[in-house]
Amino acid sequence: MGFAFQERYQAGDSPLHLLDARVKVVATLLLILGIVLTPQFAWPAYPLIWALLAGLSIIGGIGIGRLARTATLALPFTLAAITLLFTTPGSPLVQVLGLTITDAGLGRFLAIVLKSWLAVQAALLLAMTTHFTDLLWALNSLRLPATLIAIISFMYRYLFTLREETERLLRARASRMAASPTGRAGGSLAWRARVAGGMVGNLFLRSYERSERVYAAMLARGYKGQLRTLNAPPLSRRAVLLGAVPVAILLLIELVALIWWR
Amino acid sequence: MFSPILALHIPDGFLSVPVSLIGWALTIGIIFLALRQTRDQLGERQIPLMGVLAAFIFAAQMINFPVAGGTSGHLLGGVLASILLGPWAAVLVMTSVVAVQALLFQDGGLLVLGFNIFNMGILNAFIGYAVYSAAQRVLGSSRISLIVGAAVGAWLGVQLAALATALQLAISGTSPLNIALPAMVGVHALIGVGEALITVGALLFIRQTRPDLLGEPARSATRGTALVAAGLVIALAVTLISPLADPNPDGLERVAEDQGFIETAQSAPYEILPDYTVPFISDQALTTIAAGVIGVLIVAGISFAVARVNRRASEST
Repeated sequence: MGFAFQERYQAGDSPLHLLDARVKVVATLLLILGIVLTPQFAWPAYPLIWALLAGLSIIGGIGIGRLARTATLALPFTLAAITLLFTTPGSPLVQVLGLTITDAGLGRFLAIVLKSWLAVQAALLLAMTTHFTDLLWALNSLRLPATLIAIISFMYRYLFTLREETERLLRARASRMAASPTGRAGGSLAWRARVAGGMVGNLFLRSYERSERVYAAMLARGYKGQLRTLNAPPLSRRAVLLGAVPVAILLLIELVALIWWR
Repeated sequence: MFSPILALHIPDGFLSVPVSLIGWALTIGIIFLALRQTRDQLGERQIPLMGVLAAFIFAAQMINFPVAGGTSGHLLGGVLASILLGPWAAVLVMTSVVAVQALLFQDGGLLVLGFNIFNMGILNAFIGYAVYSAAQRVLGSSRISLIVGAAVGAWLGVQLAALATALQLAISGTSPLNIALPAMVGVHALIGVGEALITVGALLFIRQTRPDLLGEPARSATRGTALVAAGLVIALAVTLISPLADPNPDGLERVAEDQGFIETAQSAPYEILPDYTVPFISDQALTTIAAGVIGVLIVAGISFAVARVNRRASEST
C-alpha cells in the first residue's frame, strides 16, 4: 500500500518506556520548544542536542541509526524553505543555474532543516516508547478537554478496522479493473474520480452505520455520555526528576549557545 | 515523493515560536466553541459518532486515483466532513485526524499543531461549508447545486489552507511570501481539483443511497457558521494586507539601504532575485498581524455573544 500507517510504538521495558507518560509528554514539548529556539547560527549546539537525543534513544532501546533514519520523514517539507538559499542577503558562495547561493542563506536553510530533523526525533522518542492509550491518558490528566480526548481514543480504536475496510475497497477496485501493461489508467479523469468518490461515499456510509451500532451497544451497557476513566495516580517525584534531566541538559546547551556561540 | 498531503502538514522548526503560539490560541478557542456546539446538538452520541467519523476521514485519505504522469489525487477531507456533518462537528473530526497524524505518525509537528489544525481543519471546513450552503440557498437543493457548491467549496478550501500555510511560513521568515505564495497556491490549485472531484463523487454516492443524511442540516448546526467563516476571511485578508499597507517609511528605507549595501558588496554581474528579500518580515510586522488577528477574533467573539443574547431574548418573548 505504501502508506505510512504503521504504529511507531515499540514494546519494551526500558526506563524510557516505564517513565510516567505525563512527564514524557511535558518533557518532549519542552525539548521541541528548546530545539526550535536554538540560536540560528550556534552550530556546535546541533551535534550536542543530537547527542542528547541519541543517548535517550539508547536508553529507550531504539537505536541511534533507526531514530535518525525515521526522523527524515519530514525532510520533503524542506522544499518550502529552499528559497532561503538564494534570497537571504549575504556573500555569494556558489552559482547554481544562474541563482546565487549566499553563505547566510545556506546557514539559515541548514538551521531550519536541522531543527526540524531534531524536533521530529524528539517526537518520535515519545511515540516509540509510549503506547497511544497511555499518551491519551496523559493528555487527559494534563487537562486537555476530556471530550476531545474521548473522541480521539474512539478514533484510535476504529482506525485500524476502517483501514482494513479501505484496503478491501481498494483491492476490489484493483480486481475489477484489469491494469494495462503500459500502466496507463483507463477511463476519463472524471470517471476515475467518480469511482474513487464512490468508494469514499461507501466508506462514509459504512462508518456512519458502524457508529450507530457502536452507540446502541454502548447505550445497552449503560453509557451516559461520558467515558469513565480511573483516577490518575499521583505523580512521583522520581519520575519528575528523571524527566527533568534531559530538559536541564538541553537548557544548559541553549544557555551556552546563547552566551558563546551566537 | 512529495505527497500533497504532506505539503500542508508543517513540521516543527518551520514556524517561529510566536507564530506557533498564535496558532494555538486561535485553534483552542475554536475547538472549545465546537465542543459546546456539538454537545448541544448531539448529546451523548457526540463521542462515538465523531470518533468513528474521524477514523473514516483518516482511512478515506488512503483512497486515491491516478491523475496524470504518475501523480494521484486524494482527499484532505475537511470540506467533505463539514458538508456531511456541519462545520462545528467537522472541526472536531479534523482536529482528531490532524492531532493523531502528528502524535502517532509524526506527520506534522507538535509545537506547530495549532496552525496545522487551523489550516486543515478549521479554515478548510468553514470556508468549504460557507460556499456549499451559499450554493444551496441560491440554487436550491438540487443535484446541480450540490455539485457546484461542493466542487467550488472543496477547491477553495484547499486553496485557502495552502494560502494560510504560505502566509505562516512567510511571517516566520522561513519562505519569502512572493515565492511561497505562488508556489503553494499554484500546486494546490491542481490538488484542489482532485479534492473537488472526489468530494463531489462521494456526495453523489451518498445522495443516491442515503439522501436523508444530506438533508438540510439542523438549524442549530449552522448557527454562528456564517459569522465564523466571515471572521476567518477577514482575518486572512487583514493578515495579508496589513503589513503591505503599513505606511511606516523607516522599515522600507532601511531595507532599501540594505539592498544598496548588498549590491555594492556583492557586485555580482547578474542576480536573478535582487528584490526578493521580503521587506516586511520584522517584529513590527508580526505585531501588526497579531494585533489584526486578535482584533478580528475579539470582534467575532463579541458579535457571537450579542447574537446569542438576542436569540435568547427573542425566544423568551
